[in-house]
Amino acid sequence: MSAAEEVVAEGHEAVEAVPKRAMTLGTGTSLVVLAALLIVPMFVKNFIIFQMTMLLIYGLAVLALNILTGGSGQFSLGQSAFYAVGAYVSAVLMEHANVNYALTIPISAVICFGFGYLFGKPALRLSGIYLALATFALATAMPQLLKLNFLEHWTGGVQGLVVTKPDAPFGLPMSQDMWLYYFTLAVTVAIYIFSVNLLRSRSGRAFMAIRDNEIAASSMGVNVALYKTLAFGVSAGITGVAGSLGAIAVQFVAPDSYTITLAISLFLGMVVGGVGWLPGSFVGAAFIIFVPNMAESISKGLSGAVFGVLLFLVIYLVPHGARQVAILGQQLVGKLRKN
Amino acid sequence: MELFTNQVLAGIATGAIYACMALAVVMIYQAIDHLNFAQGEMAMFSTFISWQLMQWGVSYWAAFLITLAFSFVAGIAIERILFKPLVKAPVLTNVAGFIALFAIINSSAGLIWDFTIKQYPTPFGSAPFLGSQLISTHQAGMIGVTVALLLALYFFFQYTRIGLAMRAAASVPESARLVGINTSWMIALGWGMATAIGSIAGMLIAPVVFLEPNMMGGVLIYGFAAAVLGGLSSPFGAVVGGFLVGVFENLAGTYIPGVGNELKLPIALALIISVLVVKPAGLFGRHIVKRV
Repeated sequence: MSAAEEVVAEGHEAVEAVPKRAMTLGTGTSLVVLAALLIVPMFVKNFIIFQMTMLLIYGLAVLALNILTGGSGQFSLGQSAFYAVGAYVSAVLMEHANVNYALTIPISAVICFGFGYLFGKPALRLSGIYLALATFALATAMPQLLKLNFLEHWTGGVQGLVVTKPDAPFGLPMSQDMWLYYFTLAVTVAIYIFSVNLLRSRSGRAFMAIRDNEIAASSMGVNVALYKTLAFGVSAGITGVAGSLGAIAVQFVAPDSYTITLAISLFLGMVVGGVGWLPGSFVGAAFIIFVPNMAESISKGLSGAVFGVLLFLVIYLVPHGARQVAILGQQLVGKLRKN
Repeated sequence: MELFTNQVLAGIATGAIYACMALAVVMIYQAIDHLNFAQGEMAMFSTFISWQLMQWGVSYWAAFLITLAFSFVAGIAIERILFKPLVKAPVLTNVAGFIALFAIINSSAGLIWDFTIKQYPTPFGSAPFLGSQLISTHQAGMIGVTVALLLALYFFFQYTRIGLAMRAAASVPESARLVGINTSWMIALGWGMATAIGSIAGMLIAPVVFLEPNMMGGVLIYGFAAAVLGGLSSPFGAVVGGFLVGVFENLAGTYIPGVGNELKLPIALALIISVLVVKPAGLFGRHIVKRV
């Protein structure tokens, strides 16, 4: 409205800077969490195991968004599209080509990486709100594209595809759900370690330099275009793996499971977990899986309102998400040790 | 050619809806620098209030004015109570707050007025406008109101003290505070105005899309798209963007084979993104210069 050009002052970035050390948990804590994840399923019912599997899967998807937004500062509302592609790659390969489920996962990672990388190219010109709109467009288009007539032979159209659940291999005495849980856990741990190392590497530093100040990063010799598209590719690849695992766990893919609502949930998961804090992704995933159910059980008619109020409570108490809780906890432990 | 003109006219008619919504989006973006995802739901709630008033026997224009006042106050109240505490929180946390507000309003409206579709009256009648089959008097009235609103906003921002203060608070908050502008209240005022404009949009749209808690879902997406296309810093751009999106959408549906109702939205969005790739600040937006 004014003729003068707007100047955005320093320190006004969309995503605040997170030092790279602060992006992960310490080794000790990580091992304790891992041990818990390994042991708990042996003592609980199949349904809870299934929910834990979904928790890991959504955790991976939120983690992928966290690398993109928390790492490289790019905002995406299109994660559901990558998730859908991953899910469909696995489902189609398993049901039409009889490929082993475990093999479909690297394939969908590669395909989604390519898809994300290519999508990142035109998205380079956009940032902030504009990038949000572009990714949003992708998310709204995806279910419609999956329903297209000429793909129907492969995708099953609106009906979707039913996926067979794999049995435990080598005659291991465990239920399908439990096997799938351990399989998902293995994939999750591998990807988590990969992500932590990625963010600690040269590429990770480049991502963060771009997030904190694009112009400064490029003047220091960071190839901004390359690393921005790379961040999109990696994020899409991990989301694709989550999608594949999700398809196998739910045993069903249909276009309408992957609407913009999923992308919004993943976004909320990231905020609740703490933007840029990788372990928080799993806390966020727990929030988006369990809180809607909780809201439903408190009040059927007003479940949306209850969910909204709970979400407001969380962002009032901890605007920086679970990361804030972790930092507080760490300080507390530090103080106790000193005494 | 006949088909083309007809489709363009029909596009302008739907475009008026988007333009209205886009105007509200840009207003709040100017004031608070975020896109408010709950804006559509707020407009829907206001529209329900006016419907309820009419059910109680209040006349259309009285209900219109009461709703306008209610929305203005409600917008300010939402800002003061819910979002002022979040001023220092990260941007993405604010966005999560909008999503929470969306869920709360949508679900409460569903509980109060249930999810059945309701008829909503129009003050302009629905006879064909000037003998055209495509634009009804209601749609013409809607275009008229949108344009009038735009003019009023232009005069408000350009020629009143408070308009100037709001512009100052939005573009350089620090300096604005130094010259004695209460920037925090300017934001609240922005919320109030945006909510009021949203309620006008809601009341104009309701006769076309019918009144129900989810009526704004589709409209808001187009409103956002229109606002972004026109440039988020320009109310004029938002209105032009709204009409363009309406026309795009109709022409894509007519001329591109295989595009049914389902694919209209993705195509319209894809087109907008292509425009943005060429002009990243939107058609009428200002370029933002960043300091390193």
